[in-house]
Amino acid sequence: MRPVLVIVLASLLAFGAGASRADSILAMNPEETFETREQLVRYEKMINDLRCVVCQNQSVAESQVELARDLRRITRDMILAGATDAEIKQFMTDRYGDFVLYNPPLKPITYLLWGAPVILLLIGAIVMVSVVGRRSGESEDDAEGTGEHS
Amino acid sequence: MKSFKYMLPAVAFFVLAGFLYVGLFLNPREVPSQLIGKPAPAFDIEDLRQPADRFAMTHMLGSPAVLNVWATWCAGCRQEHPFLMQLARTGEVALYGMNYRDERPKALDWLRRLGDPYISVGYDPDGMASLDWGVYGSPETFLIDPQGTVVYKHLGPLGPNVWETEFRPRIAAMQGVSQ
Repeated sequence: MRPVLVIVLASLLAFGAGASRADSILAMNPEETFETREQLVRYEKMINDLRCVVCQNQSVAESQVELARDLRRITRDMILAGATDAEIKQFMTDRYGDFVLYNPPLKPITYLLWGAPVILLLIGAIVMVSVVGRRSGESEDDAEGTGEHS
Repeated sequence: MKSFKYMLPAVAFFVLAGFLYVGLFLNPREVPSQLIGKPAPAFDIEDLRQPADRFAMTHMLGSPAVLNVWATWCAGCRQEHPFLMQLARTGEVALYGMNYRDERPKALDWLRRLGDPYISVGYDPDGMASLDWGVYGSPETFLIDPQGTVVYKHLGPLGPNVWETEFRPRIAAMQGVSQ
């Protein structure tokens, strides 16, 4: 009985937290009302993925700069008008370039950016293999050496 | 070969230090404009000085034009203003203005006190026309060719150095083509 109660209470809490988060966003920007929950989720994801070009280390969601406020309004209007996420991103990059996206697209100029983790991992692997290989070789030598001495 | 191996950490250090050193002097605020080489975004907004008139992008066509985005709350705009006045006197290029997220009385007062270098000034209080131009800070100055293609954008106060190195050669190239 008890575990069931815990699960019920926990899910209630989780749901309550989720709902209150959405409510607080609506309370913060009363004009930002959506017809469906799905639209609100898309809106939140979109404005968190956009960089505020004025205050560069904040997202459009976090910034209270006028331009960020306008971009939030435009995002909302586009979602309400039925625009897809790709269309909204296109609108933003047409004006501010890929720089505005926190998640830059994969294309020739960003190959190095996206490839860097793999390249660094490979370099690390090569170094590790060579060092470990040499060490195990040395320890064998040592073993032989000690064998000779004893 | 063995000595090269010992050098490797030092080489890696200097490569990294080199990148960081260059990075020190880059301006992270300078976001490359998406508009370069593209048609100037259309707008048709109220004229700042004559509210009954309109100022449209098409007004700037036909000769090399400079569009200066400014506001009275912007310190860099104040800084570049004397240079704009000087530029207007030389008549080297058609200079237009876009008053960005500002209030008309303040903007008019600014032009009265400091001088008015512009042929026309658009009034963009909500910043929506400027948004299409990718404006995110002021001052920003665009160079537009006679056919309406954006050729260059400068972020920050305009001055003789930038004018000499970036604007003048591009304007000369346009005039070379049109002649």
